[in-house]
Amino acid sequence: MGVNRRKFLKIAGMSTLGAAAAPASNALAAVNPIDWVYEKLGGFTPFETLLHLLHRPVGYRPGEALTGQKWAMVVNVKGLDEEIAEACIEACHRVHNVPKLDNPRHEIKWIWHSEYKHVFPGQKHELIGEKYQHAPFLVMCNHCENPACVRVCPTKATFKRKSDGIVLMDMHRCIGCRFCMAACPFGARSFNWVNPWPREKAGTLPRFRQGKEPPNPEYPTRAKGVVEKCNFCAERLAKGQIPACVEVCQEMAKEKGKEPALVFGDLEDPDSEVRELLRSHYTLRRKPELGTNPNVYYMV
Amino acid sequence: MYDGGKIVAGIIIGLIFLTFPIWYTHGTAPPRPEVKLPEKTKECVEPRAYMKTKHMQLIDLWRDSVVRVANRSYLAFNGKKYDMSLQNTCMSQDCHAKKSEFCDRCHNYTGVVPYCWDCHIEPEEKPQAEEKH
Repeated sequence: MGVNRRKFLKIAGMSTLGAAAAPASNALAAVNPIDWVYEKLGGFTPFETLLHLLHRPVGYRPGEALTGQKWAMVVNVKGLDEEIAEACIEACHRVHNVPKLDNPRHEIKWIWHSEYKHVFPGQKHELIGEKYQHAPFLVMCNHCENPACVRVCPTKATFKRKSDGIVLMDMHRCIGCRFCMAACPFGARSFNWVNPWPREKAGTLPRFRQGKEPPNPEYPTRAKGVVEKCNFCAERLAKGQIPACVEVCQEMAKEKGKEPALVFGDLEDPDSEVRELLRSHYTLRRKPELGTNPNVYYMV
Repeated sequence: MYDGGKIVAGIIIGLIFLTFPIWYTHGTAPPRPEVKLPEKTKECVEPRAYMKTKHMQLIDLWRDSVVRVANRSYLAFNGKKYDMSLQNTCMSQDCHAKKSEFCDRCHNYTGVVPYCWDCHIEPEEKPQAEEKH
């Protein structure tokens, strides 16, 4: 026998080592170790890599943003008429790319007008005056202190922003279960039953509103299967602007010489306009008995 | 071994079939995609190498920061501040104004289909002929 066990193991071991060493030595011979490190670090020098490790990418509050601790709105029904209400709705829906869909069952609305009996169902009686019965009430998400929609959302797609109390939707997380729609006592939420903005082909703008108008390119749209609602113009507040409906409403009120129908402000600021209105006028909130503590007040 | 010839032949044919995709497409990989970088702006939000490997994490961070905590201003590595916005910053007219010449080139090559554009509005791309007017 030429090969005994001991010799066999030796040969096997040596050849394994050799086989493993060959590619490593080849690689070392062919590649400059500096280049190799450079490539491994994704095109950075070791120094830059260190800096990037220390650099934590973070976001900051933009300097021009309007800040408040508890945003609220006062709807002054005396200042409202059909025309102003329609203008507010149009402004909101245009800014936020809310589609106008043919089928009323697919309707998406962020702000809409309604009648007294629907806005304050617990307060209605048959002898209520004509002017109240048919006055246009503007209704939207109430941005409740204690929002039922947030409690039921299984993915935390809808949430109450800690910094200013706005109830927001994170469309990226919404799975379209519609629990929030069932939970919301105000019907403030709409579901996208259809793709709200079918586009003809890639690279072309989607067509909204029955193919007539291009979208607002600064605000995203929505996909089929998500729930949407008023966001108190969070994206405009970040730029230091007041909500679109309030802006339009106040402009029109000036033109017509009326009291502004919508007033927006911070409830935590005792000198704010909303606080002043709440102090000096009698105001109502929708369905207060449910304990959601709405932040939209109505001066009737 | 009974039927040895048939078995061996079968194994060989089987191996050929199994490895078919490897040797048939060997060396025919399509060329690496070339993205068209913006002409007007020379500097991205972060250095190029960082953007190449980490743009998805960056955009993800932007998304959560904007949507959930209202921090919409991004402090970049070079100390500049940027508005965190896919539609208004990344895809602005001075930067990646054409999605088909930037995002799509690599994403199509690697078969990555992010759902950004289900909702976000990509910049409108006019046909070449129209652009010359």
